[in-house]
Amino acid sequence: MDDNDRALINYLQGGFPLCERPYQVVAERLGLNETEVIERLQNLLEQKILTRFGPMYHAEKLGGGLTLAALKVSFDRFDEITTIVNAFPEVAHNYQREHEFNMWFVLATETQQRITEVIAEIEQQTGLKVYNMPKKREYFIGLQWEA
Amino acid sequence: MLDKIDRALIQATQAGLPLTTQPYHTLAEQLGICAEEVIQRLQTMLDSGIIRRIGVVPNHYALGYQANGMTVWDVESEHVDELGTQIGALDFVSHCYQRPRHLPEWSFNLFAMVHGKSRSEVEHKMEQIAVLLGTHCHQYQILYSSRILKKSGLRLI
Repeated sequence: MDDNDRALINYLQGGFPLCERPYQVVAERLGLNETEVIERLQNLLEQKILTRFGPMYHAEKLGGGLTLAALKVSFDRFDEITTIVNAFPEVAHNYQREHEFNMWFVLATETQQRITEVIAEIEQQTGLKVYNMPKKREYFIGLQWEA
Repeated sequence: MLDKIDRALIQATQAGLPLTTQPYHTLAEQLGICAEEVIQRLQTMLDSGIIRRIGVVPNHYALGYQANGMTVWDVESEHVDELGTQIGALDFVSHCYQRPRHLPEWSFNLFAMVHGKSRSEVEHKMEQIAVLLGTHCHQYQILYSSRILKKSGLRLI
Protein backbone atom coordinates (compact mmCIF):
# COMPACT_ATOMS: atom_id res chain seq x y z
CA MET A 1 0.00 0.00 0.00
CA ASP A 2 1.57 3.30 -1.07
CA ASP A 3 0.53 6.94 -0.70
CA ASN A 4 -1.69 6.80 -3.79
CA ASP A 5 -3.54 3.79 -2.36
CA ARG A 6 -4.02 5.67 0.89
CA ALA A 7 -5.29 8.73 -0.93
CA LEU A 8 -7.70 6.56 -2.91
CA ILE A 9 -9.04 4.80 0.22
CA ASN A 10 -9.49 8.10 2.04
CA TYR A 11 -11.16 9.75 -0.93
CA LEU A 12 -13.53 6.90 -1.75
CA GLN A 13 -14.89 6.66 1.78
CA GLY A 14 -16.60 9.94 1.05
CA GLY A 15 -18.44 8.91 -2.09
CA PHE A 16 -18.18 7.81 -5.70
CA PRO A 17 -19.48 9.76 -8.69
CA LEU A 18 -22.61 8.81 -10.62
CA CYS A 19 -21.58 9.66 -14.17
CA GLU A 20 -20.41 8.17 -17.46
CA ARG A 21 -16.75 7.65 -16.48
CA PRO A 22 -16.61 7.76 -12.67
CA TYR A 23 -13.11 6.26 -12.36
CA GLN A 24 -11.86 8.98 -14.69
CA VAL A 25 -13.37 11.65 -12.43
CA VAL A 26 -11.73 10.09 -9.35
CA ALA A 27 -8.42 9.81 -11.23
CA GLU A 28 -8.45 13.50 -12.13
CA ARG A 29 -9.10 14.47 -8.52
CA LEU A 30 -6.17 12.43 -7.28
CA GLY A 31 -3.75 13.10 -10.13
CA LEU A 32 -3.81 9.48 -11.33
CA ASN A 33 -5.07 7.94 -14.53
CA GLU A 34 -8.29 5.98 -14.97
CA THR A 35 -6.68 2.56 -15.53
CA GLU A 36 -4.50 3.03 -12.50
CA VAL A 37 -7.50 3.79 -10.28
CA ILE A 38 -9.27 0.63 -11.44
CA GLU A 39 -6.16 -1.51 -11.00
CA ARG A 40 -5.45 -0.13 -7.56
CA LEU A 41 -9.02 -0.80 -6.45
CA GLN A 42 -8.85 -4.33 -7.81
CA ASN A 43 -5.62 -4.87 -5.94
CA LEU A 44 -6.86 -3.47 -2.64
CA LEU A 45 -9.94 -5.68 -2.85
CA GLU A 46 -7.88 -8.78 -3.68
CA GLN A 47 -5.53 -8.08 -0.79
CA LYS A 48 -8.58 -7.59 1.43
CA ILE A 49 -7.43 -4.13 2.48
CA LEU A 50 -10.86 -3.12 1.27
CA THR A 51 -13.79 -5.35 2.23
CA ARG A 52 -16.25 -3.71 -0.16
CA PHE A 53 -16.58 -1.22 -2.96
CA GLY A 54 -20.02 -0.16 -4.12
CA PRO A 55 -23.37 1.10 -2.81
CA MET A 56 -23.97 0.61 0.93
CA TYR A 57 -27.59 -0.33 1.29
CA HIS A 58 -29.71 0.48 4.32
CA ALA A 59 -31.06 -2.96 5.26
CA GLU A 60 -34.14 -1.82 7.19
CA LYS A 61 -35.20 0.60 4.49
CA LEU A 62 -35.28 -2.33 2.08
CA GLY A 63 -37.94 -3.88 4.28
CA GLY A 64 -35.76 -6.56 5.79
CA GLY A 65 -35.03 -7.36 9.39
CA LEU A 66 -31.71 -6.74 11.11
CA THR A 67 -30.74 -7.43 14.68
CA LEU A 68 -27.87 -8.14 17.03
CA ALA A 69 -28.32 -11.09 19.37
CA ALA A 70 -26.22 -12.70 22.07
CA LEU A 71 -25.87 -16.10 23.71
CA LYS A 72 -24.21 -17.29 26.89
CA VAL A 73 -22.49 -20.49 25.85
CA SER A 74 -20.64 -22.86 28.16
CA PHE A 75 -17.07 -23.69 27.19
CA ASP A 76 -17.74 -27.37 26.49
CA ARG A 77 -20.62 -26.62 24.10
CA PHE A 78 -19.02 -23.72 22.26
CA ASP A 79 -18.13 -25.53 19.02
CA GLU A 80 -21.46 -27.36 18.88
CA ILE A 81 -23.42 -24.12 19.34
CA THR A 82 -21.24 -22.32 16.77
CA THR A 83 -22.12 -24.98 14.20
CA ILE A 84 -25.85 -24.68 14.91
CA VAL A 85 -25.88 -20.87 14.77
CA ASN A 86 -23.65 -20.53 11.71
CA ALA A 87 -25.78 -23.00 9.76
CA PHE A 88 -28.55 -20.37 9.50
CA PRO A 89 -28.06 -18.42 6.25
CA GLU A 90 -29.67 -15.45 8.06
CA VAL A 91 -26.64 -15.25 10.38
CA ALA A 92 -24.45 -12.69 8.60
CA HIS A 93 -21.71 -12.25 11.20
CA ASN A 94 -20.88 -14.15 14.35
CA TYR A 95 -18.19 -13.14 16.85
CA GLN A 96 -16.81 -14.76 19.93
CA ARG A 97 -16.31 -12.14 22.65
CA GLU A 98 -14.51 -12.21 25.97
CA HIS A 99 -17.51 -12.02 28.29
CA GLU A 100 -20.16 -14.15 29.97
CA PHE A 101 -22.25 -13.23 26.90
CA ASN A 102 -19.66 -14.79 24.63
CA MET A 103 -21.38 -15.27 21.28
CA TRP A 104 -22.72 -12.26 19.35
CA PHE A 105 -24.31 -12.57 15.96
CA VAL A 106 -26.07 -10.35 13.45
CA LEU A 107 -29.24 -11.63 11.82
CA ALA A 108 -30.24 -10.20 8.44
CA THR A 109 -33.55 -11.46 7.10
CA GLU A 110 -35.79 -10.67 4.16
CA THR A 111 -38.70 -9.86 6.43
CA GLN A 112 -39.04 -8.54 9.97
CA GLN A 113 -41.19 -11.56 10.86
CA ARG A 114 -38.35 -13.94 9.97
CA ILE A 115 -36.20 -12.50 12.81
CA THR A 116 -38.63 -13.85 15.40
CA GLU A 117 -38.75 -17.23 13.68
CA VAL A 118 -34.97 -17.63 13.42
CA ILE A 119 -34.54 -16.68 17.09
CA ALA A 120 -37.15 -19.27 18.10
CA GLU A 121 -35.44 -21.90 15.96
CA ILE A 122 -32.02 -21.15 17.47
CA GLU A 123 -33.47 -21.35 20.98
CA GLN A 124 -35.13 -24.64 20.18
CA GLN A 125 -32.05 -26.21 18.59
CA THR A 126 -29.59 -25.01 21.24
CA GLY A 127 -31.77 -25.05 24.34
CA LEU A 128 -30.29 -21.62 25.16
CA LYS A 129 -31.96 -18.26 25.62
CA VAL A 130 -31.26 -15.82 22.79
CA TYR A 131 -30.90 -12.23 23.99
CA ASN A 132 -32.30 -10.18 21.13
CA MET A 133 -30.94 -6.64 21.03
CA PRO A 134 -32.34 -4.87 17.97
CA LYS A 135 -31.30 -1.25 17.72
CA LYS A 136 -33.83 1.19 19.12
CA ARG A 137 -31.99 4.26 17.93
CA GLU A 138 -28.97 4.81 15.72
CA TYR A 139 -26.79 7.72 16.81
CA PHE A 140 -24.00 7.32 14.32
CA ILE A 141 -22.72 4.95 11.69
CA GLY A 142 -19.92 5.29 9.21
CA LEU A 143 -16.70 6.57 10.67
CA GLN A 144 -14.15 7.32 7.98
CA TRP A 145 -10.85 5.56 8.53
CA GLU A 146 -7.61 7.38 7.97
CA ALA A 147 -5.54 5.05 5.78
CA MET B 1 -41.26 2.23 -3.44
CA LEU B 2 -38.84 -0.20 -5.03
CA ASP B 3 -39.90 -1.86 -8.26
CA LYS B 4 -38.57 -4.98 -9.97
CA ILE B 5 -35.78 -3.14 -11.73
CA ASP B 6 -34.61 -1.51 -8.48
CA ARG B 7 -34.50 -4.92 -6.84
CA ALA B 8 -32.53 -6.35 -9.77
CA LEU B 9 -30.14 -3.39 -9.51
CA ILE B 10 -29.66 -3.97 -5.77
CA GLN B 11 -29.01 -7.64 -6.40
CA ALA B 12 -26.46 -6.81 -9.08
CA THR B 13 -24.57 -4.33 -6.87
CA GLN B 14 -24.81 -5.64 -3.31
CA ALA B 15 -21.48 -7.46 -3.78
CA GLY B 16 -19.89 -4.40 -5.41
CA LEU B 17 -19.65 -2.19 -8.48
CA PRO B 18 -18.06 -3.46 -11.71
CA LEU B 19 -14.42 -2.45 -12.12
CA THR B 20 -14.84 -1.41 -15.74
CA THR B 21 -14.28 2.04 -17.21
CA GLN B 22 -18.05 2.49 -17.53
CA PRO B 23 -19.45 0.55 -14.55
CA TYR B 24 -23.00 1.89 -14.93
CA HIS B 25 -23.03 0.83 -18.58
CA THR B 26 -21.87 -2.63 -17.55
CA LEU B 27 -24.78 -2.84 -15.11
CA ALA B 28 -27.16 -1.46 -17.72
CA GLU B 29 -26.24 -4.24 -20.12
CA GLN B 30 -26.79 -6.87 -17.44
CA LEU B 31 -30.20 -5.45 -16.58
CA GLY B 32 -31.37 -4.63 -20.09
CA ILE B 33 -31.88 -0.91 -19.40
CA CYS B 34 -29.84 2.14 -20.38
CA ALA B 35 -26.95 3.55 -18.32
CA GLU B 36 -28.80 6.83 -17.69
CA GLU B 37 -31.55 4.85 -16.00
CA VAL B 38 -29.03 2.97 -13.82
CA ILE B 39 -27.51 6.28 -12.71
CA GLN B 40 -30.90 7.83 -12.10
CA ARG B 41 -32.17 4.90 -10.05
CA LEU B 42 -29.00 4.85 -7.93
CA GLN B 43 -29.34 8.61 -7.40
CA THR B 44 -32.98 8.21 -6.30
CA MET B 45 -32.00 5.52 -3.79
CA LEU B 46 -29.18 7.73 -2.48
CA ASP B 47 -31.59 10.65 -2.06
CA SER B 48 -34.11 8.51 -0.18
CA GLY B 49 -31.46 6.94 2.07
CA ILE B 50 -31.93 3.40 0.76
CA ILE B 51 -28.30 3.73 -0.26
CA ARG B 52 -26.31 5.30 2.59
CA ARG B 53 -23.40 6.12 0.28
CA ILE B 54 -21.40 4.69 -2.60
CA GLY B 55 -17.76 4.04 -1.85
CA VAL B 56 -15.23 1.78 -0.19
CA VAL B 57 -15.21 0.01 3.16
CA PRO B 58 -11.68 -0.54 4.42
CA ASN B 59 -10.77 -3.56 6.48
CA HIS B 60 -9.77 -1.65 9.58
CA TYR B 61 -7.51 -4.50 10.76
CA ALA B 62 -5.49 -4.09 7.57
CA LEU B 63 -5.14 -0.35 8.26
CA GLY B 64 -3.56 -1.13 11.62
CA TYR B 65 -6.63 -0.82 13.87
CA GLN B 66 -6.08 -4.17 15.57
CA ALA B 67 -7.95 -3.50 18.80
CA ASN B 68 -11.70 -3.31 18.48
CA GLY B 69 -13.88 -3.17 21.51
CA MET B 70 -17.63 -3.16 21.85
CA THR B 71 -18.17 -0.81 24.77
CA VAL B 72 -21.53 -1.09 26.52
CA TRP B 73 -23.02 1.47 28.88
CA ASP B 74 -25.88 1.52 31.37
CA VAL B 75 -27.20 5.04 30.80
CA GLU B 76 -30.25 6.62 32.43
CA SER B 77 -33.06 6.24 29.90
CA GLU B 78 -34.08 9.89 30.01
CA HIS B 79 -30.58 10.98 28.96
CA VAL B 80 -29.65 8.25 26.50
CA ASP B 81 -30.69 10.07 23.30
CA GLU B 82 -28.82 13.24 24.12
CA LEU B 83 -25.70 11.40 25.32
CA GLY B 84 -25.80 8.83 22.49
CA THR B 85 -25.66 11.66 19.97
CA GLN B 86 -22.59 13.10 21.70
CA ILE B 87 -20.83 9.72 21.83
CA GLY B 88 -21.64 9.05 18.17
CA ALA B 89 -19.93 12.31 17.26
CA LEU B 90 -16.58 11.23 18.75
CA ASP B 91 -13.98 10.59 16.08
CA PHE B 92 -13.02 7.13 17.34
CA VAL B 93 -16.55 5.67 17.53
CA SER B 94 -17.61 3.86 14.35
CA HIS B 95 -21.13 2.84 15.39
CA CYS B 96 -23.33 3.96 18.25
CA TYR B 97 -26.71 2.46 19.02
CA GLN B 98 -29.33 2.35 21.72
CA ARG B 99 -30.42 -1.25 22.36
CA PRO B 100 -32.86 -2.86 24.83
CA ARG B 101 -31.81 -4.03 28.28
CA HIS B 102 -32.48 -7.60 29.42
CA LEU B 103 -32.77 -7.18 33.16
CA PRO B 104 -31.40 -8.49 35.41
CA GLU B 105 -28.69 -10.16 33.31
CA TRP B 106 -27.99 -7.34 30.86
CA SER B 107 -28.40 -3.76 31.98
CA PHE B 108 -26.52 -1.98 29.17
CA ASN B 109 -28.59 0.14 26.77
CA LEU B 110 -25.95 2.09 24.84
CA PHE B 111 -23.41 0.41 22.54
CA ALA B 112 -20.40 2.13 21.00
CA MET B 113 -17.76 0.41 18.87
CA VAL B 114 -14.33 1.82 19.70
CA HIS B 115 -11.26 1.16 17.59
CA GLY B 116 -7.58 1.67 18.17
CA LYS B 117 -4.14 0.36 17.41
CA SER B 118 -3.83 -1.27 20.83
CA ARG B 119 -6.07 -2.30 23.74
CA SER B 120 -4.60 0.42 25.92
CA GLU B 121 -5.53 3.00 23.27
CA VAL B 122 -9.09 1.60 23.16
CA GLU B 123 -9.34 1.70 26.94
CA HIS B 124 -8.04 5.26 27.05
CA LYS B 125 -10.81 6.21 24.59
CA MET B 126 -13.36 4.33 26.70
CA GLU B 127 -12.33 6.51 29.66
CA GLN B 128 -13.09 9.60 27.57
CA ILE B 129 -16.60 8.28 26.97
CA ALA B 130 -16.96 7.55 30.69
CA VAL B 131 -16.06 11.15 31.51
CA LEU B 132 -18.56 12.43 28.97
CA LEU B 133 -21.38 10.27 30.39
CA GLY B 134 -20.52 11.20 33.98
CA THR B 135 -23.07 10.28 36.62
CA HIS B 136 -25.75 9.48 34.02
CA CYS B 137 -23.94 6.18 33.43
CA HIS B 138 -24.17 3.62 36.22
CA GLN B 139 -21.81 0.94 34.90
CA TYR B 140 -19.93 0.01 31.76
CA GLN B 141 -17.89 -2.77 30.24
CA ILE B 142 -15.83 -3.53 27.17
CA LEU B 143 -16.20 -6.72 25.14
CA TYR B 144 -13.28 -7.56 22.88
CA SER B 145 -13.81 -9.96 20.04
CA SER B 146 -11.55 -12.97 20.36
CA ARG B 147 -12.56 -14.80 17.17
CA ILE B 148 -14.62 -14.25 14.06
CA LEU B 149 -16.90 -17.29 13.88
CA LYS B 150 -18.64 -16.24 10.68
CA LYS B 151 -18.53 -13.27 8.38
CA SER B 152 -20.52 -13.23 5.18
CA GLY B 153 -21.86 -10.26 3.33
CA LEU B 154 -25.40 -9.18 4.13
CA ARG B 155 -27.72 -10.71 1.58
CA LEU B 156 -30.33 -8.02 1.37
CA ILE B 157 -32.65 -9.26 -1.31
